[in-house]
Amino acid sequence: MNANGGRIGRHLISIDDLDRAGIERILDRAESFAEVSGREIKKVPALRGRTVVNLFYEASTRTSSSFELAAKRLSADVVSIRSAGSSVDKGESLKDTVQTLSAYDPAAIVIRSPHAGAAQLVAGWTEASVVNAGDGKHEHPTQALLDVFTLRRRLGSLDGANIWIVGDVLHSRVARSNILAFTRMGAIVTVAGPPTLIPRDIEALGCDSSATLDRLEAADVVYVLRMQQERMRESFVPSLREYAARYQINPARLSRRQLLMHPGPVNRGVELSAEAIDSPQAMIGEQVKAGVAVRMAVLYELLVGSPILAAVA
Amino acid sequence: MSEHRLYARERPPAEILIQGAHVLDPRTTIDEPTDIVIREGKIAELGAPGSLPQPPDGELIDATGKHAFPAFFDPHVHLRTPGQEYKEDLESATSAAAAGGFCGVIAMPNTDPVLDQAAILGSLIEAAKRQARVPVGVLASITRGLNGEELTEMAELRDAGALGFTDDGKPVVSAGMLRKALQYQRLCGGVVALHEEDPALSADGVMHEGAVSARLGMAGIPSISESTMIARDGALAYYEDARVNFQHLSCVESVAALQAAKELGAKVSAEATPHHLTLTDDLVRTLDSRFKMNPPLRGRRDRKALVDGIRSGLIDCIATDHAPHASHEKEVPFEQAAMGTTGLETSFSAVYTELVMSGELDLAILVERMSAGAGLYDLPTPLIAVDEPANLCLVDLEAAWEVGAGGYVSRSSNCCFHGRSLHSRVVLTIAGGAVVFRERMLTEAGALSAT
Repeated sequence: MNANGGRIGRHLISIDDLDRAGIERILDRAESFAEVSGREIKKVPALRGRTVVNLFYEASTRTSSSFELAAKRLSADVVSIRSAGSSVDKGESLKDTVQTLSAYDPAAIVIRSPHAGAAQLVAGWTEASVVNAGDGKHEHPTQALLDVFTLRRRLGSLDGANIWIVGDVLHSRVARSNILAFTRMGAIVTVAGPPTLIPRDIEALGCDSSATLDRLEAADVVYVLRMQQERMRESFVPSLREYAARYQINPARLSRRQLLMHPGPVNRGVELSAEAIDSPQAMIGEQVKAGVAVRMAVLYELLVGSPILAAVA
Repeated sequence: MSEHRLYARERPPAEILIQGAHVLDPRTTIDEPTDIVIREGKIAELGAPGSLPQPPDGELIDATGKHAFPAFFDPHVHLRTPGQEYKEDLESATSAAAAGGFCGVIAMPNTDPVLDQAAILGSLIEAAKRQARVPVGVLASITRGLNGEELTEMAELRDAGALGFTDDGKPVVSAGMLRKALQYQRLCGGVVALHEEDPALSADGVMHEGAVSARLGMAGIPSISESTMIARDGALAYYEDARVNFQHLSCVESVAALQAAKELGAKVSAEATPHHLTLTDDLVRTLDSRFKMNPPLRGRRDRKALVDGIRSGLIDCIATDHAPHASHEKEVPFEQAAMGTTGLETSFSAVYTELVMSGELDLAILVERMSAGAGLYDLPTPLIAVDEPANLCLVDLEAAWEVGAGGYVSRSSNCCFHGRSLHSRVVLTIAGGAVVFRERMLTEAGALSAT
């Protein structure tokens, strides 16, 4: 186990909270938890007696279920709250909700919110460690960590890897966390998509940008983002047909040596063709599988593996 | 109606000898230690230090080491009265203004109800006569309910005391509607003040569009949403020979559009706020909603262009856009937070600390721009000269303080300078001939104790 350093704070709000060694420590920890997930009894007692609150203000299937499983496999008591049917629905403010939940003395609060900065605000209102499970279009750090985990398993290292992130970058928190995480791990990142869906000055994050896929063959990894239907209504692109014609990843655009990733859920036939999804290059299933182990590692490192303890070990 | 359309509670006229202050008034070109005698609320005598007598029954203030400036004037303040007194009211807002060294403020009409009828405007003026600590002028709305669709009864509103008109908080989207208002101005007079923003471009933006919004994933308000409207309305103002004041300029493109309109000969003027002059969108990385305002904090080039504009006089004055909000409207994620920052208590100190101390701006220019807003609305400019009404403030340029550490005079605490160490502090404000603010250190005995 790599226990020699790495910056991991009390919370995980942004990939910026981690340096490269910190990311590697989480990934190494995740490797050992991946082994646990292969056992018949998929449980370790690391968080026995401690409480993890999942607070989801936005619909989520894979992120919420994988956080819940991660906490349970660490033997934590888990409370999951969704906005529908809770006091949140009755107009309670985020601050009041968090202060109420904090009365149960949770070890961690996992929060998903439609608004950028929500996780950071929560961190200011509670003694618990806060994990950002997606805040608006800002960040989704555990998705980026599981993507790096998946890629590292396949490539050994991301150093020098050429990664293209394709699609609706403007509305994607996954894109932002991944640009940061991939570059921090030594990869070279290019974002590509319709100019209406590439944020102005995105290059300031340390990536290149392209309006076309003309140079896609240079990519070692093609990371495809979800294209949401409402973007057509808002005239970001004129039609799904035109989007697919220019940006869909399909066998004609994807060479056999390239790896294919997608954070899910996929719009089959829009951003990805069915053949691409089902090709052996696609790592979509591995990404999902990595989610539980990586989130176990995040909870463990925040709640148990504090830098001081790690140094002693 | 008051002669100058400014309204405040009557206060006893000051009788004071201010001794030893360094008087700086760029308009009257005084820049040296000078004693000031105030009798019956007027500047009665100016003279060399130690040369003037204390008025009988008057107070002596030892202002050695302090500066005396013409009091400041803020043409852009949200009093939140009527209807939103949980954010601010006449008493708290004008007390904050007094603490900031202001001798007058102009209130915006985006209240609840909107100041779009003479009766509503009249009742605010009546309230100001009872409660306002410093004189208050009022702008009425250009369109009814700020809806951008029907003109208010502008002539009647002028008769009721409006200094001019604005839909501030919102742009007048329709060029045709604005043109009618500018034509009607020929009948009723009064300056038309414009919050410039093309909503088709700003859409649901919450911050400046640029590298920081790209990083944070928040919808951007592009600079061109403001500058294209300034270009449009500069052309309209010229065509109709109308008087227009562009509110709170925020970006380099707007400065260029303003310059083009002025060079054409349009009768236009402009404001810049202390926050746009001193801060940039980099601060939004903190996700602190105190840095959320409209127009948003912009980039370094924008800030520099505004400072250049203030220095050259292209931008006429500094205005705070004082916009108080209750804590529950700000203690939410950035995108959901209300837009606006308070500014009355920090205006001079913020610009002094960030621009004068750094050498970017001369003190004399800052002092001039802090009161230039009055003239834009045909109000008398505060002057330190014999026979002028006493409108002046004493400032300790050496004092250092932490914003918010001692609380705020304003009812709200959403100040973008919160927690910042600022230099220079207003210690005394005389507005309309009466003492309206006195720092605790300025003792009743009339001497400034050591701080």
